[in-house]
Amino acid sequence: MAVKLPIFMDSQSTTPMDPRVLEAMLPYFTEKFGHPGSRNHSFGWEAEAGVERGREQLAKLIGARDPKEIVYTSGGTESDNLALKGVAEMYREKGTHIVTSVIEHRAVLDTCRRLEKQGLTVTYVPVAADGIVDVEAIRGALTAKTILISVMTANNEIGTIQSMAEIGKLAKEKGILFHTDATQAVGKIPVDVEKMGIDLLTCSAHKMYGPKGIGALYVRRRGPRVRIAPMIDGGGHERGTRSGTVPVPLAVGFGKAAEICGQLMVEDSARLGKLRDKLQDKILSTVDETYLNGHPEKRLPHNLNISFAYVEGESVLMGLNKEVALSSGSACTSSTLEPSYVIAALGVGAELAHSSIRYGLHRFTTEEEVDYVAHRTIEVVKRLREMSPLYELAKEGVDLKSIQWKAE
Amino acid sequence: MAYSEKVIDHYNNPRNVGSFGKETAGVGTGLVGAPECGDVMKLQIKVNLDTGVIEDAKFKTFGCGSAIASSSLATEWLKGKSVDDALKIKNTDIVNELKLPPVKIHCSVLAEDAIKAAIKDFQEKWAEKQAAAQTS
Repeated sequence: MAVKLPIFMDSQSTTPMDPRVLEAMLPYFTEKFGHPGSRNHSFGWEAEAGVERGREQLAKLIGARDPKEIVYTSGGTESDNLALKGVAEMYREKGTHIVTSVIEHRAVLDTCRRLEKQGLTVTYVPVAADGIVDVEAIRGALTAKTILISVMTANNEIGTIQSMAEIGKLAKEKGILFHTDATQAVGKIPVDVEKMGIDLLTCSAHKMYGPKGIGALYVRRRGPRVRIAPMIDGGGHERGTRSGTVPVPLAVGFGKAAEICGQLMVEDSARLGKLRDKLQDKILSTVDETYLNGHPEKRLPHNLNISFAYVEGESVLMGLNKEVALSSGSACTSSTLEPSYVIAALGVGAELAHSSIRYGLHRFTTEEEVDYVAHRTIEVVKRLREMSPLYELAKEGVDLKSIQWKAE
Repeated sequence: MAYSEKVIDHYNNPRNVGSFGKETAGVGTGLVGAPECGDVMKLQIKVNLDTGVIEDAKFKTFGCGSAIASSSLATEWLKGKSVDDALKIKNTDIVNELKLPPVKIHCSVLAEDAIKAAIKDFQEKWAEKQAAAQTS
């Protein structure tokens, strides 16, 4: 079977919407267009029913006891902002310290930076070479003033999955709230707020085959009852936590996406795990000096991140971008000229951070696509190595570290 | 970010990829950049010691598509130029030719550095011999 190009293998950035999700959403754009807050007519009632059904479906997927614990937002970034800023403001009397990790998404890290400017203190716990946050390091960072631990469930670049239940247990033990950015994990691997002791959880619809423009923040209501200050004031929607009309079609789609993820998770993750392993094995066994980034087992089944020594990431993407959509931790793909802080945090050296490529498989990825991407990656890397002065030096037996590089 | 057609052309069909022996008569080598910065260029010129004209140039580059294109273009421009004229190549010429966006200007700067480094190496190694050739 001929492969249809271009191939999308960048599912950490976004996922294609499941056609069943679109189907569920469509009536809510046209005949069921009511405002969910309209209490006195049927247009409002049916819109509200759609929004509440979505809430129930999402609550079920993450093991929340009560759909009321789900607060709709505009996406993962807003949920992270709301969780951190909302807790910081509400619990200011109790404490002013937050513990997080160095590999969090920027929505968490930049929010922390802002909170620091407002007088809070933040500890950024490092990660091991495999990307795992040591629970004991978190314990060691806690102070009497700590009000919140925020550690992502799974990383967006390397896919490494953290020890959620252990961190949750530690938080409970110390009476500290536990927030997790589970944007990459929800819908892909089992996430259970009860079993993992999660008090606040961020997720986003478009990372799980739902629509762009909607996310959610789970806010625990019992054991403990978590209270957060709103960031957006107005009509008091979402029980006063997030004012603004809930985008009904998006909420309906989010719920449907959650329902389908719940049904297909076991099957999808097993299939994608096998395909990912095939892709990984093919590349690592064919190309010398390629390195897997992140933990080899504790990672998302659809995620693969590899550094190709001596070639620069963006140049690899450029060789593939007509046929395959991928992402790189290379500085040249960012606006800052800094390579990925996540890969750098693993201690692999900046030159390998510049050489990292991220693959993200998804529900609609086929084996033919995986074979094609493996084949083309190998071709492009080989071609670029032929024109790499570093590869030439390494082949001559020169230790690259012995050269006095003249950095710009 | 979309690449200009010229960058894509140089990336897909790089001119003059390769290496000369570093000690070959008339060869000057420049190695600039650093792996941790994500860009390393090796640019070599081969100068005719009788005429002072750059007869051939080769490069190898570790870097993004714009870095590859900048060094590929540089080798194209170097061929046939006298060493003195080669020193007149400015990074802004490369920026204009390849239509590099602001975020990629450092690639052109590196290419200019590579040209200068190769010429410096050539002059250090071969200036005396060249002078001898021209006076005899």
